[in-house]
Amino acid sequence: MSTVILLVVTGFGLGALYFLIASGLSLIFGLMDVLNFAHGAFLAIGAYGTWWAANFLPGAGPDGLGFLLAVTFGVAAGTLAATLVELCVIRPLYGRHREQILATVGLSLAVPALIQAVWGADPLTFPKPELVSGTVSLLDVHIPRDRFLLILAAVAVFTVLWLFNSRTRYGLIVRAGVQDRAMVTALGIDVRRSFTLVFAIGGAAAALAGSLGGLYFGVVTPTQGLSLLVFAFIVVVIGGTTSLTGCAIASVAVGLIQQFANYYTVAGLGDIAVVIVLALVLLTRQGGLTSKKSAERVA
Amino acid sequence: MMTDTDVAARATGASGAGGDTAGPPAAESGRGRRLPAWAAPVAVLAVALTLPFSTLHVPGLFEGALNSAPTLHLLAFCLVFGGLATSYDLLYGRVGLLSFGHALYFACGAYVAALLMRVVELPLVWSALIAVVGGTLLSLVLGAVSLRVNGIALAMVTLAFAQAGSILVARDPGRVTGGEEGLSLNTDMVPDAFVGVVNTVNLYWLAVAYAAVAVGVVWWLTSSPVGRVWRGIRANEQRVAVLGINPHPYKLAAFTVGGGLASLGGVTYLLVTGGVTPGITTAEFTLTLLVMVALGGAGTRWGPLLGAALYTYADHRLLQLGSSEAFTALPAWIAAPLSQPLFILGTLFVLMVFFFPGGLVALPGRVRSAIRDRKAART
Repeated sequence: MSTVILLVVTGFGLGALYFLIASGLSLIFGLMDVLNFAHGAFLAIGAYGTWWAANFLPGAGPDGLGFLLAVTFGVAAGTLAATLVELCVIRPLYGRHREQILATVGLSLAVPALIQAVWGADPLTFPKPELVSGTVSLLDVHIPRDRFLLILAAVAVFTVLWLFNSRTRYGLIVRAGVQDRAMVTALGIDVRRSFTLVFAIGGAAAALAGSLGGLYFGVVTPTQGLSLLVFAFIVVVIGGTTSLTGCAIASVAVGLIQQFANYYTVAGLGDIAVVIVLALVLLTRQGGLTSKKSAERVA
Repeated sequence: MMTDTDVAARATGASGAGGDTAGPPAAESGRGRRLPAWAAPVAVLAVALTLPFSTLHVPGLFEGALNSAPTLHLLAFCLVFGGLATSYDLLYGRVGLLSFGHALYFACGAYVAALLMRVVELPLVWSALIAVVGGTLLSLVLGAVSLRVNGIALAMVTLAFAQAGSILVARDPGRVTGGEEGLSLNTDMVPDAFVGVVNTVNLYWLAVAYAAVAVGVVWWLTSSPVGRVWRGIRANEQRVAVLGINPHPYKLAAFTVGGGLASLGGVTYLLVTGGVTPGITTAEFTLTLLVMVALGGAGTRWGPLLGAALYTYADHRLLQLGSSEAFTALPAWIAAPLSQPLFILGTLFVLMVFFFPGGLVALPGRVRSAIRDRKAART
């Protein structure tokens, strides 16, 4: 029983990490049709930004409020990078989806290489604040505290995104744009203006995932982003691009399946089990969950 | 996504679809009598085959003579990736399928052949045959599943399958794949002609043969009636379906042929490098394939081969340059990023997407039309 609880909490933690990456990814994809390979780069920027700030930024540190400042710095760096990418790379290529993908592919190769040039290819030990190190006893199970931090952060991001979507005018435009971009444009609203906003939001969430992923894994590496991104893609395909809730449920499902299969079978099989689930979803739900949109929008 | 390469490719493709491949491409027939269409491939092949007999020194481009072992090795690499990129272009450029799982079939060929020679101790020919058949079947099965979705979802699904393969290799179940270290070639099972630095020239010819096979199969198929349907699918899949042709088997055929050619490339790669590393299973590897194809020009005859050869060459040379003395003399903040080939190539690629869409092959045409425009503006 205690193992099950530990696995559930860890699975939720991993799912939280996936949600942070996938929410931005599905928002960008849903609204702009851009399969953003640079999302892994935003994640890496967030992780290394936090690491750098915790070690070198005056005022920030590896513990307490200083760490909070470091995470803020990392998230700000990721947001800035995402905004710049949207303005300088994506914007001139509007309407040319394949070129947009190619450009983000180029960035996804160049940015980790740049990070590797500056900080080296070896994993860097990530600072761990007092508050989230160690374990918490829950029903006689010792659960690492950072899992709860991840879950809390994901719930917070979910709430903020949900409020943004349902309560603000921009959220309304974004939601309408995801459903039918042409109609929104026909109604006289320039959807493109919200593209930058969506990219910034996605970049911020990915950077936060980078910082918290550093806590979860204990280390940061330049290429961490791309391997996490693949699972985020799987989440987006399973959860669909139209609803935030679908994305959250798919994240948790993928995280739980991965944890349980990895524990009860051979290590590594959990990751493959997720891919099998993806194949099953595609086979049973004819055309997959996102197909209604993507079939019409061949890049 | 209507760039001028599309138009150019369709023009050359339309002439090839006429049935006989000997007819001159339509794009060139407008400018008087030209050499027959087979002249260029035959000339390139002849140059490639006779290159090892040349002792020419090309200072700056290669270290050592053209027929020295390191140069031939580098050229063999360029050709293997050229063939591989051509097989990827069959999906991406010819049919318009955005697959991010091509590394899987390449790695399947390399790993299965290496394992059969190492564990079962089968001779090279049988190992290679089983590996290629296995890779083809794998791409048939996975293609049948993933082609149920289209466009971006297809990209994600193929990426996920390839990731599963990558994880499988990295986690090393049963201690057979060698995990991070990869596998070395079991040279006992390979004919002596393909072993050792002395025989680099044979490996080079093997790479030439692979590139020729890959390019030949892709050219032949795209000029066949099947290729005509592929072009239709790329232009407008719904219209093809409305015309009464089910696009699915055609897409699956392209997927399977591409996968089969990739696994053949994997076997060639295994022989040329003398081993495999998990690096070729990763999503990053497929992304570099995409970069190669787009660099040369997707859906064109020579583009993928040219792009891959240039990319591979630049990758090797930049790595050498990065550790050279001229580099270490530079200040650290300039030298460090420049010592990362992927940084330079990735940045160049982004710039290329902006300024030269259509790739290198489309470049002469763009220059010509620019000159024509300038002349027209002057008169």
